[in-house]
Amino acid sequence: MSSSLRLRAGLVSIALLAAFLGIWHLATHSTGPVATMSPEYAKLMGLTATQGKSAMPGPLDVGAKLWEHLRRPFYDNGPNDKGLGIQLGYSIARVGTGYLLAVLVAIPLGFLIGMSPLLSKALDPFIQVLKPISPLAWMPLALYTIKDSSISAIFVIFICSIWPMLLNTVFGVASVRKEWINVARTLEVGTIRRAFTVVLPAAAPTILTGMRISIGIAWLVIVAAEMLVGGTGIGYFVWNEWNNLSITNVIIAILLIGIVGMLLDQILARFTRMVTFPE
Amino acid sequence: MTDKFISIEAIAKRYPGAGGATTTVFENLWLSMARGEFACVIGHSGCGKTTVLNILAGLDAPSEGAVIVDGQAISGTSLDRAVIFQSHALLPWRTVLGNVTYAASSKWRNWDRAKVKAHAQTFIDLVGLTGSEHKRPSELSGGMKQRVGIARALSITPKIMLMDEPFSALDALTRGTLQDEVRRICLETGQTAFMISHDVDEAIYLADKIFLMTNGPGALLAEVVENPLPRDRGRTDLHRHPLYYALRNHIIDFLVTRSKTFTAETPGHDPRNVPLVHIGKPGLTIASSGDEQRQTWIPGTSPGLTA
Ligand SMILES: Nc1ncnc2c1ncn2[C@@H]1O[C@H](COP(=O)(O)OP(=O)(O)OP(=O)(O)O)[C@@H](O)[C@H]1O
Ligand SMILES: [Mg+2]
Repeated sequence: MSSSLRLRAGLVSIALLAAFLGIWHLATHSTGPVATMSPEYAKLMGLTATQGKSAMPGPLDVGAKLWEHLRRPFYDNGPNDKGLGIQLGYSIARVGTGYLLAVLVAIPLGFLIGMSPLLSKALDPFIQVLKPISPLAWMPLALYTIKDSSISAIFVIFICSIWPMLLNTVFGVASVRKEWINVARTLEVGTIRRAFTVVLPAAAPTILTGMRISIGIAWLVIVAAEMLVGGTGIGYFVWNEWNNLSITNVIIAILLIGIVGMLLDQILARFTRMVTFPE
Repeated sequence: MTDKFISIEAIAKRYPGAGGATTTVFENLWLSMARGEFACVIGHSGCGKTTVLNILAGLDAPSEGAVIVDGQAISGTSLDRAVIFQSHALLPWRTVLGNVTYAASSKWRNWDRAKVKAHAQTFIDLVGLTGSEHKRPSELSGGMKQRVGIARALSITPKIMLMDEPFSALDALTRGTLQDEVRRICLETGQTAFMISHDVDEAIYLADKIFLMTNGPGALLAEVVENPLPRDRGRTDLHRHPLYYALRNHIIDFLVTRSKTFTAETPGHDPRNVPLVHIGKPGLTIASSGDEQRQTWIPGTSPGLTA
């Protein structure tokens, strides 16, 4: 029953994709009015004007270009011409570094805040104010103080991924069932051992959910951050190709950003499933 | 004077109520138990039974008074006092074996894994869960979960077992089997047991002494009823004992009427010397132990119901 449902859903997905590609193809294939002009001017204007070809690339153009990229993902022809693999690698490395730093800060700090009602109350106003700040708003301050665009991007990732993890850790730790804590207390388990054997496993699903939200936000923010700081990364690639007016490359980048984001989310989802316990 | 293994002395529990007032759940509560004794507390919901048990476990501190166990005032929880929780409180991310080894390794921190595991296994076998060691709590029935809770409590070889309505969530059949097991284990290991119960028959079957508490707020320990049934009683022929109905009626009368009226009708009640009620014919009253005031209740004359 469920396997036949999956099969049917798969078929519908493929049909939808085919329909989308078909409509896209037809929409970009249609030729517009061809203007009459002098040959020199026509050369300047390109195919859009001379043959009425749409400026929007069709799926076949994108497919061909994508194939070209996939065959040579790691070439490096100087600052403005690097393989997509290299650009994605830069972005993933920045997200990874900023995100891991945030994990290292948010989880221990969240534990402390969650276990101490005093700290939790004292830090609450700061968290409430800092949390809604768009991570990109920190960019000028980061650039000014750090004076390094690449590290500034990492800082922005750090600051945007810390909040969901911190808040979820605090919540997860503070709402561990009292009876589990009481079990540890009646067994005279010390605070440190209790934190690792009771609080951490009990709060792990909530913490992992926060981590999953964070990785999603971090991947959203890196594209914008790299557009601002420039140099390398998939965000810079998008901006650079826009300046080159290569819509094909922009579309390919959009597709890859989506796929990488999905993979990152799936990895965290798998970890979440590993620590989730049925009650 | 009997040996007072557990002595609760003048404890009170107060909570800040609405508008600055304080709610007193109970105050000046005295209670004592001898080593190896099985006591059941019976009282209406909200009278403070769990509060007393938590104070005895060290999970909660009294607002006043002290609890003395084996000659020493307690300060907090102890591995000598095991708790069986009403909601079983198993750690759901651990298996049956993992839950029991967690307790055992907390008591014997320098034991190696194999030794802890073997020790835990003996207690899993004892409660009849052999073969389910690697199941998680979510894969167990209510009765099996409660058994794991019992195995976990026993595995630390405590001196005192504290049980908060351990069987109230179970069906009658499972409850009966587990009562048999708990009774057997407590007798075999010489446990001192303190149990909260809502079930009068359970108390009659298990307890040597039954503590009757009046309704809260301001609950009192009204009476200590001695169980006249022989120690080798069986669960199925309980009701054949000549004093069974007298005992049962006395407890039910208390729950139905006297738990509400006791405080008003007994102005001279001395919380330090709670009457020890012995059910039976006057001639059968056993010798008084200590300075406790003794009452003999003869079936059909119920002194508390005359009002
Ligand atoms: N944190 C608290 N704040 C205020 N009142 C409390 C608190 N905890 C318990 N109480 C009160 O203490 C009283 C005794 O509670 P307790 O849980 O000991 O009752 P109980 O006899 O175990 O009842 P039950 O049979 O329903 O389990 C109740 O009336 C309850 O309202
Ligand atoms: Mg209770």
